[in-house]
Amino acid sequence: MRTSSLAGGGLIIGFNLFQACKPKAAAPIDLASLNYNDFNAFIKIADNGAVTIFSPNPEIGQGVKTSMPMIIAEELDVAWNNVHVEQGILDTHNYTRQVAGGSQSIRFGWEPLRQTGATARQMLVNAAAARWGVDPSECTTNEGVITNAAGESLGYGEVVKEAAAMEVPDNVKLKSIKDFKIIGKDAANVDIDEIITGKPLFGSDYKTPGMVYASVMRPPAFGQKLESFDDTETRSVPGVTDVLKFGEKIAVLANDTWTAMKAKKLLKATWKADTTLESTEDHDTILLGLLDGNKFETLRADGNVKKAFAEADKVLERTYESPFLPHNCLEPMNFYADVTDEKIHLVGPIQTPERTAMMIAEMLDREMNQVHLEMTRMGGGFGRRLYGDFAMEAAEISNLARKPIKVIFSREDDMADGIYRPAIKYRIKAAIKDGKVTGYHLKEAAINSNMYGLIPNFFPAGAIENYQVDVAKYNSNITTGAWRAPYTNFLAFAEQSFFDELAETMETDKVQLRLDLLQNVKGTKDDRIQYSPERMEKVIKMAVDKSGWGKQPEGVFQGFVNYYCHNSHVAEVANVVVEDGTPVVKKITCVVDCGIVVNPLGAMNQAEGGVIDGVGHAMFGDFAFKDGEPQAKNFDKYRLIRMSEAPEVEVHFMKNEFSPTGLGEPTLPPAGGAIANAMKAATGKRLYKQPFTKYPELLSMPQKEIIG
Amino acid sequence: MDVSEDMPLLWVLRDHLDLAGTKYGCGIALCGSCTVHLDGIAVRSCALTMSMVEGKSITTIEGLSQDGSHPVQQAWKEIDVPQCGYCQAGQIMTASAFLEKNPNPDADEIKEAMNGNICRCASYSRIFKAVELASTKMA
Repeated sequence: MRTSSLAGGGLIIGFNLFQACKPKAAAPIDLASLNYNDFNAFIKIADNGAVTIFSPNPEIGQGVKTSMPMIIAEELDVAWNNVHVEQGILDTHNYTRQVAGGSQSIRFGWEPLRQTGATARQMLVNAAAARWGVDPSECTTNEGVITNAAGESLGYGEVVKEAAAMEVPDNVKLKSIKDFKIIGKDAANVDIDEIITGKPLFGSDYKTPGMVYASVMRPPAFGQKLESFDDTETRSVPGVTDVLKFGEKIAVLANDTWTAMKAKKLLKATWKADTTLESTEDHDTILLGLLDGNKFETLRADGNVKKAFAEADKVLERTYESPFLPHNCLEPMNFYADVTDEKIHLVGPIQTPERTAMMIAEMLDREMNQVHLEMTRMGGGFGRRLYGDFAMEAAEISNLARKPIKVIFSREDDMADGIYRPAIKYRIKAAIKDGKVTGYHLKEAAINSNMYGLIPNFFPAGAIENYQVDVAKYNSNITTGAWRAPYTNFLAFAEQSFFDELAETMETDKVQLRLDLLQNVKGTKDDRIQYSPERMEKVIKMAVDKSGWGKQPEGVFQGFVNYYCHNSHVAEVANVVVEDGTPVVKKITCVVDCGIVVNPLGAMNQAEGGVIDGVGHAMFGDFAFKDGEPQAKNFDKYRLIRMSEAPEVEVHFMKNEFSPTGLGEPTLPPAGGAIANAMKAATGKRLYKQPFTKYPELLSMPQKEIIG
Repeated sequence: MDVSEDMPLLWVLRDHLDLAGTKYGCGIALCGSCTVHLDGIAVRSCALTMSMVEGKSITTIEGLSQDGSHPVQQAWKEIDVPQCGYCQAGQIMTASAFLEKNPNPDADEIKEAMNGNICRCASYSRIFKAVELASTKMA
């Protein structure tokens, strides 16, 4: 931790999230001499007690710009309505993990952010105690005011200068959870006033004097490269300032966005196939071939699945299929870059600021300390902005043009030059003997990359004696990557649909089957099993209760799913109602155990949004390629869920004192399975392929036989 | 202003008038992010060229109120609608024009009116509740 007093009065505390308690006090610096580029991770307290807290992580709509500062403010013990929040810039020396990914911001930030606030509070207390000549232990704090045993009090602003000179204390005491005043209470989005009045918060809104806009032409199909191009017409458009070729791409620079986009369309480029031009039909054949084959990597194997299948009374085997998906952040990719001899200034929406800055420094052969990166609020992330391709383009173009530029993707660029959720197929096989599930074999065939980390150890791993997860992949030239809840966004549908069908095959209760399996996991010594059977059981029981599972009136059909991912336990129950002969998803009840909920108001929004995102993509998300070219490039051919199609979502959070776990992603994966299982209950037809609307015959009620 | 006649209003607002509250989402009038009022009617500014708006009165999110005091903006704040926030200016502009015409809408009318505005974060239930709340404020 670094401290410094401010000339204008105030304390700045630089907090290294993981070294927050180590004494590392630097000499007090004058505010005017502070270089904010070098010194940026801090709590700032003014003479009047007003507090500014810098939020470390990228804000993509998951709410961390509100919830991370809430955690600091709680331990600092200030009134939340006296706190002003600002976005911190890239500074991993102080902030360490500045990533929006894997639903991990709050989980990893929880302890360090609490330590940061508590340490600052203790320094303020120590300063007040020194002034009074009393022992700090007799002082208490409440909302920015320090009081001693004699009843005297001082505001944080009154002692801030002395506090800055204090030694940084070790082992500060954290609040008891029961004493929380900010955590667990609804807090409005800190940017709400700016959002509702249309203030320029986003990367696409950022501009500097002299900046030009760059619209980039990239190969129209994956597998193509640039052969030649003619930019005569493009250059003749008034407002076009330059046309630059870089790599296989051509950038059109202009004084405004429209001119750059319009002039790009006038480029006459010819492309040639460099590698295979792939189509969705080929992928389907290839992936099914992988599932039929025997070239797998085994990620987990318990017991002997072969033997279990050989000895089974009954075997159930099903295949589930999913397409590629684009992220479609509503704010298309964009980034600002100003590359000069002295430094590289980067501004824009990015989930991985550090990695992107490093890649750019390496690409331009520059030192990291010359890179200054500012994160803007992001119009969605969903995983797409984990990849810095657009920021690298901006830096490369600015380096060539030697002026400030902003790369702006059109929607067509955004959808056709994506880093997609890969198409994946799963095959699941279960062995049933003497009324029990004795074997479970999950096979994955995916484009480019397979499930990773602990996913092979998620439920039902540990619950079934003979269990195996095998994966295989096909290397494609189509770029793929993380998409909100990678792998589990489809795997949850596959497995939870399978369990639904398994229960039907076993003629057993669908919820009871899951509860019975969970009993086998209790007391496991396997440290790869990180889901908790006890917590999952509670979530399941709460979902049964809150959704009225099994107690619905005639005409309401329910589907049940429970799932663990991103360290959180979730259960969802979908209600399908037949309206005018058509089954419609009307409601989803969602129960979440993500430990302590920092900001219930924001958390509720995340949970509901995740469910509806899951419903939308399971129902409508379809993205195909023909000869390497995406077949949808805008919302005329790519369907996103709209208000009239969104079911009601009722969210319940488990109340407990566990440290917080992920919330940005975990409510999405169960949604597809919940609606598929409810649809099956209504129609009698099972859904194995996404998106469901591609198979309208499976979403209709059975024809009534006319006898007579 | 010196811009070509075929330039959509959206880009004139954003790049030439520095009114960045109106957002670009698709450019083909299918997502609603760029919604503004043209003589009081909600329109998609990405699909209106300068030659089409000549002599018309245009209101953007910045002009709805100076300070966020419009009842629709207030409702958005009370319900805490946004996740990422990118689509919200367009949502607010669609809702405010709709409620001027139909101050007491039922649920289906709200859904129909708002169906042209995509919220990729799917804050639909809050958008719906905010429109309902705004209608009580405007009544």
